[in-house]
Amino acid sequence: MALIELEQISKHYQMGSQLVKAVHNVSLTIHHNEYIAFIGASGSGKSTMMNILGCLDSPTNGHYRLNDQNVATLDESALADIRNREIGFIFQSFNLLPRATALQNVMQPLIYLGIPFNERKNLAIEALANVQLEDRSDHLPNELSGGQRQRVAIARALVTKPSILLADEPTGNLDSQTSVEIMRLFDQLHKDGQTIIMVTHEDDIASHSNRQIKMKDGNILRDSSAI
Amino acid sequence: MLFSLAESFRSALLAIKAHGFRSFLTTLGIIIGVASVIAVVSVVQGLSYSINAEFENLGTNTLTIRADTPFKEALKGKIARITLDDYQTISDNVTGIDSMTPTYQGFGRVREIKFGSQMEVSNVLGTTASYRQVNSLYIDQGRFITLDDDKKSRRVVVIGPSLIEKLNLPSQPLGQFIQIAGEWFKIVGVTVSKGELFGIDQDNIVIMPFSTIQSLIGRQTKPQITIQLSLSKNADTHQVVSTIRRLLRSNHNLSHEQIDDFKIQTPEQLKSSFTSIIDGITMVLGGIVSISLLVGGIGIMNIMLVSVTERTREIGICKAIGAKRHHILMQFLIEAVVLSLLGGLIGIALGFGLGVLASMVIPNFPPAAVPLWAILIAFGFSAGVGVVFGIIPAAKAANLKPIDALRYE
Ligand SMILES: Nc1ncnc2c1ncn2[C@@H]1O[C@H](COP(=O)(O)OP(=O)(O)OP(=O)(O)O)[C@@H](O)[C@H]1O
Ligand SMILES: [Mg+2]
Repeated sequence: MALIELEQISKHYQMGSQLVKAVHNVSLTIHHNEYIAFIGASGSGKSTMMNILGCLDSPTNGHYRLNDQNVATLDESALADIRNREIGFIFQSFNLLPRATALQNVMQPLIYLGIPFNERKNLAIEALANVQLEDRSDHLPNELSGGQRQRVAIARALVTKPSILLADEPTGNLDSQTSVEIMRLFDQLHKDGQTIIMVTHEDDIASHSNRQIKMKDGNILRDSSAI
Repeated sequence: MLFSLAESFRSALLAIKAHGFRSFLTTLGIIIGVASVIAVVSVVQGLSYSINAEFENLGTNTLTIRADTPFKEALKGKIARITLDDYQTISDNVTGIDSMTPTYQGFGRVREIKFGSQMEVSNVLGTTASYRQVNSLYIDQGRFITLDDDKKSRRVVVIGPSLIEKLNLPSQPLGQFIQIAGEWFKIVGVTVSKGELFGIDQDNIVIMPFSTIQSLIGRQTKPQITIQLSLSKNADTHQVVSTIRRLLRSNHNLSHEQIDDFKIQTPEQLKSSFTSIIDGITMVLGGIVSISLLVGGIGIMNIMLVSVTERTREIGICKAIGAKRHHILMQFLIEAVVLSLLGGLIGIALGFGLGVLASMVIPNFPPAAVPLWAILIAFGFSAGVGVVFGIIPAAKAANLKPIDALRYE
């Protein structure tokens, strides 16, 4: 059974008289434990795709089935549940809560899951340990390096054990040495069974994946698995 | 839900702490509003306690009859009077009266008291022995005036304690002679101090027998008097009042369409008219203060809207990791309520402090007192202000679409 099925998905923006087709008629199937990289020129619609996949944004047209559930018909509350349980999102700019410590950041998704404090804390400590940051748990985001922040974000994304890890240019704000560390972490997660979908500009980052999907002008130009 | 509430509370406190000074400024409206209501209420309530205590001293079964010129008559230059004839009529015809006291209040020269080279203006009363019981007056030295004093028009007086100092009398003034309106009077008693009411010294008083003061002002004048009477145990107050009213109306030749030119007051009435004045003051001030709470609420709404805008990205992040509408709504609502409750708390403390200070600074003012209801109302109001003015910003935050919130720069 497919994890994700996209059928003729479009995202259009009406900008004055101009219709921007950020994503246009994309159909795509993604299975469990795939390791995918979206590549392509700037403005080709990669981030738009990720936001739709992550249920942060809704498509203007088309069908999106996640775990055999039609996402288009879900209300805001059910979508919040999906973002909480099924999806871990990692951003280029980390997007940590600035006033919360590393530990509190990782605990945050568990609040929405309704897990009691002590259990929340244990799960968060475990998730931080998985990214080798247990000794930084009391630090605020601005007391951490970029690579450390991204690892906190990864711990937060994974703490609810989601079925998909989505990462939009996860190494975009990091130097090459740190990028290598993050990618090593991704490779390990994939080996442990995690489904990973990422966006990148860099070929050597993309080469970590098993399947590369190249986008152009809102369409899929080339899908390495389809060849 | 319960721990998510505790969670919201924690993050609300964090957010408030993060902008400590701004939070303080935000709550200033609430602080000032609540502080002024509490200060005013504490002062007014302190006043009302002391008035109530004052009325407790008057027996509950006493009536006071005094002249009360109707407005229409006053315009014609007439002055209503209660005279000794009225006194006689009542004492001859009304049953159920235990004791009755006429009181004449001296004026002009009859207020001037001399001792040696000292001169003092005092409240000079001519009355009878039962005045003491009716007015709960107690004797510190010597005795009160007696029936016999009255019968023989003795030149004796009982003085209030503050006159001892004012006239430079010896501290044991019994047997000393003082001069009133050029005549000599012997001091036979000193009353126990009654303190002050509304800043008026109640101990600057000279009491002499009624017949004595009559002889002092001349027998031929019909003095304007006040009549106090205490009812016997089984007397029906309404019955007595209506009988007196009928008698006085006929004495004063009042026709049907004319209204009473006198007032028969019970202590309850006096007390309730004071209470209604105080309640009125409290209401008016309460109204003014609720305007300042409104202003405070708008301040809170304003800053919460700013706070929502500032934290749009944070809201986006929370939504991206699974926060639902109610999580965000509760967080901002609780923040607004906590903010205004903090303001309320500071306001109550500040207001009480101000009230205590005011009642200490104003001479002869009773101590301030804050009733529990005022504190509860202040708390309720601040919480209400938080909810009412927090709901719009909170809803605005909760309704943000995750992608729009995340994209917000
Ligand atoms: N909110 C929006 N309103 C209007 N147009 C938008 C909006 N978001 C994206 N677009 C347009 O959609 C197109 C695709 O944008 P998208 O962010 O998906 O590109 P991208 O492939 O992620 O680019 P980059 O590599 O620079 O991040 C762009 O032309 C962009 O201008
Ligand atoms: Mg992008």
